[in-house]
Amino acid sequence: MAAVDVDGLERWLRLFASSVAEQQDTLTALDAAIGDADHGANMNRGMTAVVDALAATPADDPAALLKQTGMVLVRSVGGASGPLYGTFFLRMAPATGGASALEPEVFAKALRAGVEGVVSRGKAELGDKTMYDALAPAVDALDAALGAGDPLADALRAASAAADQGRDATIPLVARKGRASYLGDRSADHQDPGATSAALLIAAAAAAVAEQGPP
Amino acid sequence: MKKLLNDPANLVAESLRGVERAHPELRVDHDQRIIYRADAPVTGKVGLLSGGGSGHEPAHAGFIGPGMLDAVCAGEVFTSPVPDQMAEATKKVDGGAGVLHLVWNYTGDVMNFDMAAELAAAETDTAVEAVVINDDVAVEDSLFTAGRRGTGAAVPVEKIVGAAAEQGRSLTELADLARRVNDNSRSMGMALTSCTVPAKGSPTFDLPENEMEIGIGIHGEPGRRRVPIATAREIAEMLVEPLLADRDFTGGDGVLLFVNGMGATPMLELHLMYAEVAALLDKAGVVPVRSLVGPYVTSLDMAGCSVTLARLDDDLLRLWDAPVATLALRWGM
Repeated sequence: MAAVDVDGLERWLRLFASSVAEQQDTLTALDAAIGDADHGANMNRGMTAVVDALAATPADDPAALLKQTGMVLVRSVGGASGPLYGTFFLRMAPATGGASALEPEVFAKALRAGVEGVVSRGKAELGDKTMYDALAPAVDALDAALGAGDPLADALRAASAAADQGRDATIPLVARKGRASYLGDRSADHQDPGATSAALLIAAAAAAVAEQGPP
Repeated sequence: MKKLLNDPANLVAESLRGVERAHPELRVDHDQRIIYRADAPVTGKVGLLSGGGSGHEPAHAGFIGPGMLDAVCAGEVFTSPVPDQMAEATKKVDGGAGVLHLVWNYTGDVMNFDMAAELAAAETDTAVEAVVINDDVAVEDSLFTAGRRGTGAAVPVEKIVGAAAEQGRSLTELADLARRVNDNSRSMGMALTSCTVPAKGSPTFDLPENEMEIGIGIHGEPGRRRVPIATAREIAEMLVEPLLADRDFTGGDGVLLFVNGMGATPMLELHLMYAEVAALLDKAGVVPVRSLVGPYVTSLDMAGCSVTLARLDDDLLRLWDAPVATLALRWGM
């Protein structure tokens, strides 16, 4: 079964960066409807800085790479997304246990630690119309698929589908966190921009591991 | 979009070049986007640090100077600055008596200032306290939202705490004072138009010619409700009624009445609004003893206004009247 090493993580980050760049206008348009029209620009600035850092200061192991990524995001994004995405990667780092290649269960454990970091930083609950609404079902689906014996690539595909469903399920919700919450009922019938970028993050992980191919 | 721009990506950096050239009493750290008093740190004085997204000018840098803030961190347009900036700014204004972070209540700002306080605690032995400013009554059900936004009350909070800091009051006393002014203040805003974030290039929301938004914040976000356009007198009622319903401003103490422009509304209209609001306060038995009229906490090129009431007891009144020398507020010096 495939393990995720530094190259695999770099592929994930680069794929996420390119999908954020492609979807920048979409993310910003979603944010304009219920927020302040900067999610696309902020995430693109952050992921561009992350990719620049990959070349400037290559990391030796997954923990170092994840920590560096988290620090770069905290430094460069701002807003709420900076601390939230930054904390996600910063909390993944120690959960790798210092391994040079992450076995599927370790990768899943690290992802869950990252998601728990997002929750502790943002205090969001399921259904608050936030990025957590995409991340929570994703890590649940990942664990379930790995538990059923699926290979990591398949399990991440299931996680990505669950994240997409979670993202779509934010549409009717009334926001209870972040800037969209100021709108009250008017935040309903809009897809949450944070859940949208979070679904791109999981989709990029699935694509990165799928590209890696069978061991 | 028609704006004075070279490249939207460089707007904040290039504007800070102008701040530096135009105002020698301020210093700018361009790498970290920190604007600070040229004489910082002031030995023995508690350092006062605020900041937030750009696009609210003259907030935040316009409130730096003797009698008000020591430094602010500038973020991208409508985007909180980041913890590294705040931690560095904390060091810059630490005169040995601690540093007070005055944080406008937005999810991003609160999270970034939290992380900055964690960084400062890990790297230095500077005492840091934070007070969150949250005065906007347009946010209902604040238990089920990110809470009330920090808007116009930041002006009396930062002015009054700034004056008290010059007197040598302690970090704990200043934090209590900031909370007291915040508790005594309420704001409500409205928009006649949306605003255009330069990086986006088009208005954040569509607002037809015959409609307006009531209960807006300061980031071009839509408000609580959209209603047909009304007269200034009717708009004044829509803004004052929720303020007075939320807090009792009658009784012995007078209030600061602050009519704030959102960026694109002329002073001519703001003074008209001041008269309408003051007339409503007269009827309600609320006595304005100080006034402030003008664009101080703006939302880029949005047209509209907000009204802030801050109850001032004798102590707060003296501190409001104390000398201040900033770009936006300047008296007694």
